[in-house]
Amino acid sequence: MNVNLSAEELAFRDEVRKFFAEKYPADIRYKTDNGIELERDDYIRWQKILYQQGWAAINWPVEYGGTGWTAVQKYIFANEIAEANAPDMVAFGVKMVAPIIYTFGDDEQKKRFLPDILQSNVWWCQGYSEPGSGSDLASLKMRADRDGDHYIVNGTKTWTTLGHMADWIFCLVRTSSDVARRQEGISFLLIDMSTPGVSVKPIITIEGDREVNEVHFENVSVPVENLIGEEGKGWTYGKVLLQHERTNLAGTARSKFRMRRLKAKTTQSVHGAEPLMKDRNFARKFAATEIELKALEYTDLRTLAAVATGKAPGPESSILKIRGTEVAQAIDALYVEAAGYYSLPFVPSQYAVDFPLQDRIGAGSESRSSLRYFNNRKASIYGGSNEIQRNIVSKHVLGL
Amino acid sequence: MDFSISEEQAMLVDSVAKFIDNDYDFETRQKIAASDAGFSADLWRTYAELGWTAVPFSEEDGGLGGGPVELMLMMEQFGRGLVVEPFLANIVLAGGVMRRLATADQKKKWLDPLIAGELHAALAFAEPQGRFDIANIATTARPDGQDYLLNGKKTLVLNGGAAELLVIPARTDGGQKDHSGITLFAIRGDAPGVTRNSFKMVDGHQGAEVSLTDVRVDGASILGEVGQGYETLHAVIGEATLAVSAEAVGIIRAMQDKTVEYVKNRVQFGVPIGSFQALQHRLVDTLMACEQSYSLLLWAAMTNAAGSDEAEKAISAIKYQIGTAAVHVAREAVQLHGGMGVTWELDIAHFFKRITSIELLFGNADYHLDRYAGLS
Ligand SMILES: Cc1cc2nc3c(=O)[nH]c(=O)nc-3n(C[C@H](O)[C@H](O)[C@H](O)COP(=O)(O)OP(=O)(O)OC[C@H]3O[C@@H](n4cnc5c(N)ncnc54)[C@H](O)[C@@H]3O)c2cc1C
Repeated sequence: MNVNLSAEELAFRDEVRKFFAEKYPADIRYKTDNGIELERDDYIRWQKILYQQGWAAINWPVEYGGTGWTAVQKYIFANEIAEANAPDMVAFGVKMVAPIIYTFGDDEQKKRFLPDILQSNVWWCQGYSEPGSGSDLASLKMRADRDGDHYIVNGTKTWTTLGHMADWIFCLVRTSSDVARRQEGISFLLIDMSTPGVSVKPIITIEGDREVNEVHFENVSVPVENLIGEEGKGWTYGKVLLQHERTNLAGTARSKFRMRRLKAKTTQSVHGAEPLMKDRNFARKFAATEIELKALEYTDLRTLAAVATGKAPGPESSILKIRGTEVAQAIDALYVEAAGYYSLPFVPSQYAVDFPLQDRIGAGSESRSSLRYFNNRKASIYGGSNEIQRNIVSKHVLGL
Repeated sequence: MDFSISEEQAMLVDSVAKFIDNDYDFETRQKIAASDAGFSADLWRTYAELGWTAVPFSEEDGGLGGGPVELMLMMEQFGRGLVVEPFLANIVLAGGVMRRLATADQKKKWLDPLIAGELHAALAFAEPQGRFDIANIATTARPDGQDYLLNGKKTLVLNGGAAELLVIPARTDGGQKDHSGITLFAIRGDAPGVTRNSFKMVDGHQGAEVSLTDVRVDGASILGEVGQGYETLHAVIGEATLAVSAEAVGIIRAMQDKTVEYVKNRVQFGVPIGSFQALQHRLVDTLMACEQSYSLLLWAAMTNAAGSDEAEKAISAIKYQIGTAAVHVAREAVQLHGGMGVTWELDIAHFFKRITSIELLFGNADYHLDRYAGLS
């Protein structure tokens, strides 16, 4: 038993590290380092660089453009991308809809959609939740009624992350109400958002940003060839997707990076104050969070090791989601505590590229700490809330 | 032993509660907070007309002679309504200093218009390097002939942008963290050498960074004795700590009630989510946290009203409780609202942000637990 990296793995790590050092654009790094929101174009430009390197779709099968990396290599990559403070691929295309398409789609669909996802030519968003259907997703109401070679879609999706940036949306829709189990009437449909009848309305979140949307569909005509797999099987496909989503949610690499940054900040004097780490209360809290994170990292590694030997991530991935988001939220709170009174000014306008850093209220991104803390309360709510995850664990792990 | 409130106190609560219910619904509050000023100057005059701005001042100062209990009763209501008018900054902080130290002349000049709602004021209790230690003051006041020259920087000056009068603690003597050698100066907000960088705060309130460069003040602007300002500063911040704790209790009770209501009505899996035992127990825990917080608040208000030996400890006890239990209630309320809980549109998010602010104001849970332990 050991956790040492082999010589090849170390060489791989160096290669990845070098790539980030050389290819991650300095202007985008300036933004991520200084709390400035990325624009759609920043994401796309960066994702195309990853694509050119062959690293856009690390989890895909090689035949569609994946890397064929081992679990350890993926783990190394996750650490390095976090350490470079570079954004991950926006999940909806490459991590969410693509696996459904290459697993359940037909050849035509694979040819039509996968290359554009891989090359970041098309931006996807996820249309699952509805106003009346959150945790209880199977109660969804958005209808797709067959009319010749089209479906006519009517209804509302909500909480659609980055829907205002998206070109396409993948939806769970109701194609039949005349079924024994309501899950059986659900289908998986891909919809071009420029189709007449689709409208996107912003939802402003707690910290004041536009990140999520309500998407309305009024008599939207969708060709039947956009249906994935069989009609009525969408729920089964969607569940696979949810499982994928959950393995991506532990976020230990990002959390480790944030802890290191916080340590650097709090071991030096800010605003002429004593370094906060000299305060035993803070140091102990920091240490406790670090220990919790270490435990999570090893739990994550155990899952990775299991996946490497061919076991699919099962309900245990719920544990990663729960603890991963709880640790991330604890780190958010530590940042707020570290910034103290400087976490309280609400001046989003100073997080613009042309705003001089030295004129900001609060050193560095201090006054962003609270906004991130507020926003990230979402982490325990979305992707299957932590309560729903606990239900899954109690049912499928404990058998209760 | 008597936990009931007097007739006058009941009338006071009633008048604030009616105002919140009838004139300060959430939409109104949001409009006011989003306006340029960030509070309603009209409503502030209404607060004065209704006598609320006079509550903590003695009758001979033109006040109503209220104390910690009256303050608590009002602040709970202000919390429930998420009031953004600068009651804390004007009345509790700046007014608190004035009421204790101002001479008859100074009161005439500043306190009378403050109580009348015609003057806005602020107390600059925080410096960038000081965190929660109000004695950590690097701002200097250097004698220059008959005058003093003030130099330094203050942060998070509540209501600092609108304030026509700033109360500035500055060092006339002593080391940077000494209790002695702190003098309180009253200066005009637009005095030469004062630079103010105003901002909205995450909780919808108003703050400012204030820089002082050779600000000339005369001896008539000194509040109290030279070098003796700490004791007053300490007492005023204690009272403000009690005030925001009461506000927090008002907030978490509102959050608790709204969350209970929400889980009764939100249906998932064909039943109200409140029928899930996993959530029922969570809401029982938050109810207990609300009740325990209210109990400590009463202890703090009563010991402070009575001037008892435990008054100081009680303030740190309630603030510690707010920093732990109230934060817990606020997080749970957001969580149990699901996605709705993190929307700008819903009051829950704004209650949450105010609790976050209060969690830090005048010292967080650790700070007050340390302080409490030191007093035991
Ligand atoms: C910022 C953000 C981004 C999102 N992005 C997307 C997106 O891109 N696409 C998309 O489709 N969806 C998205 N979602 C939606 C998200 O998946 C839902 O919010 C989530 O499923 C919870 O649903 P709900 O908000 O309706 O809460 P509800 O389901 O109403 O839940 C309310 C509370 O009740 C609890 N609860 C519910 N059922 C049970 C139970 N059986 N036992 C115990 N507790 C229970 C929940 O855990 C929660 O605390 C996003 C949400 C947010 C907040």
